[in-house]
Amino acid sequence: MQLTLWTYEGPPHVGAMRIATAMKGLHYVLHAPQGDTYADLLFTMIERRAARPPVTYTTFQARDLGGDTAELFKTACADAYARFQPQAIIVGASCTAELIQDDPGGLAKALALPIPVIPLELPSYQKKENWGASETFYQIVRTLCTPRKPETEFNPRSCNILGPTALGFRHRDDLAEITRLLERMGITVNVIAPFNATPDDIRRLGDAAFNVVLYPETAETAGRWLERNCKQPMTTVVPIGVTATREFIREVARLAGVDAAPVLDDSTARLPWYSRSVDSTYLTGKRVFIFGDATHAMAAARIAKEELGFDVVGLGSYSREFARPLRALAEELGIEALITDDYLEVEAKVAELQPELVLGTQMERHIAKKLGIPCAVISAPVHVQDFPARYSPQMGFEGANVIFDSWVHPLMMGLEEHLIHMFRNDFEFNDKAAPSHLGHGAAKPHSRAQESGPGGWTPDAERELQKVPFFVRGKARRNTERFAAERGLSLITVETLYDAKAHYSR
Amino acid sequence: MNLPFRPANPAATNGCSDVPVLRERGQREVFCGLTGIVWLHRKIQDAFFLVVGSRTCAHLIQSAAGVMIFAEPRFATAIIDERDLAGLSEIDAELDRVVNRLLERRPDIKMLFLVGSCPSEVIKLDLKRAAARLSQLHSPRVRVLNYSGSGIETTFTQGEDACLAALVPFSPLPASGAVPPLLVAGALSDVVEDQFRRIFADMGIASVAFLPARQANDLPAIGPGTRYLLAQPFLNDTARALEERGAQHIPAPFPLGAEGTTQWFKAAADTIGITDAKFRAATDAGHIRARLALEPHRQMLTGKRIFFFPDSQLEVPLARFVSQELGMDPIEAGTPYLQRQHLAQEIGQLPAGCRLSEGQDVEKQLDRCRAANPDLVVCGLGLANPLEAEGFTTKWSIELVFTPIQGYDQAGDLARLFSRPLDRQIRLGV
Repeated sequence: MQLTLWTYEGPPHVGAMRIATAMKGLHYVLHAPQGDTYADLLFTMIERRAARPPVTYTTFQARDLGGDTAELFKTACADAYARFQPQAIIVGASCTAELIQDDPGGLAKALALPIPVIPLELPSYQKKENWGASETFYQIVRTLCTPRKPETEFNPRSCNILGPTALGFRHRDDLAEITRLLERMGITVNVIAPFNATPDDIRRLGDAAFNVVLYPETAETAGRWLERNCKQPMTTVVPIGVTATREFIREVARLAGVDAAPVLDDSTARLPWYSRSVDSTYLTGKRVFIFGDATHAMAAARIAKEELGFDVVGLGSYSREFARPLRALAEELGIEALITDDYLEVEAKVAELQPELVLGTQMERHIAKKLGIPCAVISAPVHVQDFPARYSPQMGFEGANVIFDSWVHPLMMGLEEHLIHMFRNDFEFNDKAAPSHLGHGAAKPHSRAQESGPGGWTPDAERELQKVPFFVRGKARRNTERFAAERGLSLITVETLYDAKAHYSR
Repeated sequence: MNLPFRPANPAATNGCSDVPVLRERGQREVFCGLTGIVWLHRKIQDAFFLVVGSRTCAHLIQSAAGVMIFAEPRFATAIIDERDLAGLSEIDAELDRVVNRLLERRPDIKMLFLVGSCPSEVIKLDLKRAAARLSQLHSPRVRVLNYSGSGIETTFTQGEDACLAALVPFSPLPASGAVPPLLVAGALSDVVEDQFRRIFADMGIASVAFLPARQANDLPAIGPGTRYLLAQPFLNDTARALEERGAQHIPAPFPLGAEGTTQWFKAAADTIGITDAKFRAATDAGHIRARLALEPHRQMLTGKRIFFFPDSQLEVPLARFVSQELGMDPIEAGTPYLQRQHLAQEIGQLPAGCRLSEGQDVEKQLDRCRAANPDLVVCGLGLANPLEAEGFTTKWSIELVFTPIQGYDQAGDLARLFSRPLDRQIRLGV
């Protein structure tokens, strides 16, 4: 049993819904009690989709449990086929239906529908949303895709794009960005899946020369199956950030046998210059905490370190399936990875590390708000704000531009930060004021760290500490206390504060 | 402006009650009772709601009402995992551990609800016993109660019903010889409660209690002398629990709009023996204010056809309100569950030709809705945008639950919830 205030991922059947809703001509019949239809609103409200997800719920109630819930499933399935006429059906159970063990796969098969019926086994008490999406996509691909016959001709400069789903973090715009990039490289996109793909499109996945796996969380398993069964190599680099985008271009060029050079230096890639321009100097060494799905968290860590010159002080993910590469990256950065889906644990870590910027999910946005730390959202779970009307990809060169803007925006501007250092007691312009471009609604620094300091600080030292700007005050307090503890000092004076400052500035 | 006072006359028409109720079953596009936690945890300020359920339950509450705006919720989920199901872990010990961690984090909590879910019901987890045990463990600091908000048993607002019904047995008995307060059952927003309290006082009823109270342990005394009004139409089990205590129901319509509010107060006044003069002195001004506030919306909405999908069980009183007070034409009032006894006076005031439907087969209901082509569709979050995309104007029903709509001074706000979508249609040029 796990205490959960917020959950990073939904149950696995919501992952299956993300695949079904992304596709066309596919219907999902879900054995589920009343109430599970809440999941529809994720798509209609958060993503603002104009159509209901293609999902039929059996809606069993307590009084059905003693009776024939299996019959209820069969009726719902037959009705759904008659009404929606899909090209294929996926069937499965939500958490409660899993407990009553009706075997939706077998029941649907018994109906002998004239279309493929794909049974899903998604263990709800063990797995989560991204795994559910990945497993569903994999089952659809392995059931429907026909490997290309060895003698058939194919275009060596063709690929599939795998991974974008409904309710994905910026999937719509990433897809546009990467499709355009591939086109500029002279590569033909054979099928994009699951986004807008039909079951018939899945059948022709084998026609392409290779696969571009944009989101390993949802498409790596299917990509590996295609690698084995259709002899299609797949990409391993996720093009988030300038460096990763260039690596991705080289990888794709190699797979397609084309020249990477014409697209490597794109004049619209503004991040490198923006980062080098002098007014970004103040970003140097800013301490950032990163948490998200593995793909976005790892990409963010690289960008933070190499493209913005931040210090990555914390890196973590709720994607247990990708813990290994994330741990390796954290080790490279000299920190320990936080692999957890416990929001409270993440909150405790952020409070402990006192970073100057949090790059996380909507959950970390809460944590950062509570602690008065600037924050930018880099990953699902999604919120209605993560579906902006404007074009705002994360991938490709334009994605890097978007990332530069959205990470720097929550911070105080460089000159403003300097002025606050100098005139920190101005009654209108002081460090209790939010960054001036964020207006009144911006996060106010959290007062807890200032009020509840441990004994051992002399009043003078405590006052002096208040003169340190709030965004580094937590760090100054922590460093000073560590410095004092290491030297066995029981009382922290103004001297100790500046001794510690000198010590840690080396 | 001429706004004649309309005397309360609940049995005036006998429209919709003649019409047979259409009962359907199939896919239900409604929330389960866990959703009630979204407003109950704000209403009872020192209570915490711990759902014992699955990841789906946690995800539902988190997503259902966009509650992610609340930085620190007073609810959480104890997620059952495969170890618990396989019997590898001692479920009592697990629950104790989770509750301890929770109470450590929130020392301000005085009452903890263990809320049952679909999975906990199916595996027959005995939360009643667990609550009694935990109550003993954490007494006197925290009282632990339980109820079920599972989707296999409850629909949306029935979660509040189950919660309030669980509270009733813990209320004190009135002191012997003392007259217990007039009880108003059903969560109302604080502003509405305060207004109602003032009106009751003006009528000469000073002793009024609300269920739930704002503080968990301020439970009102309930006993054989208790008279109670229902402020919400979905309180079947709560009413039964109150009756078991000896309390007596004051039948009334629900306090929506000028007429509904007047009739609701009138029922209490008549029961308690308040003179008509005193009643009018306390309510006339509010009634007139409400009618004034309704007028601009009435002009916009009169003659418009409206279709209610089932959601909160408020649909029948709302259909009465929009037809009687705004001149709208309700085509269908769908409700997840038709509680005939408590809705008798509302049903009696519905216009003939309004179809009542209970339960849901959402596909068939959507077919009916499309065929009827109403001017306004009241429906849940899963249906609203898709219907808008089809060209319908919609009002999401959850707002009718999350907005203070009861009483005279909210009548205009209630009407605005229906007029605003139409107003928007007129304004938008894109």
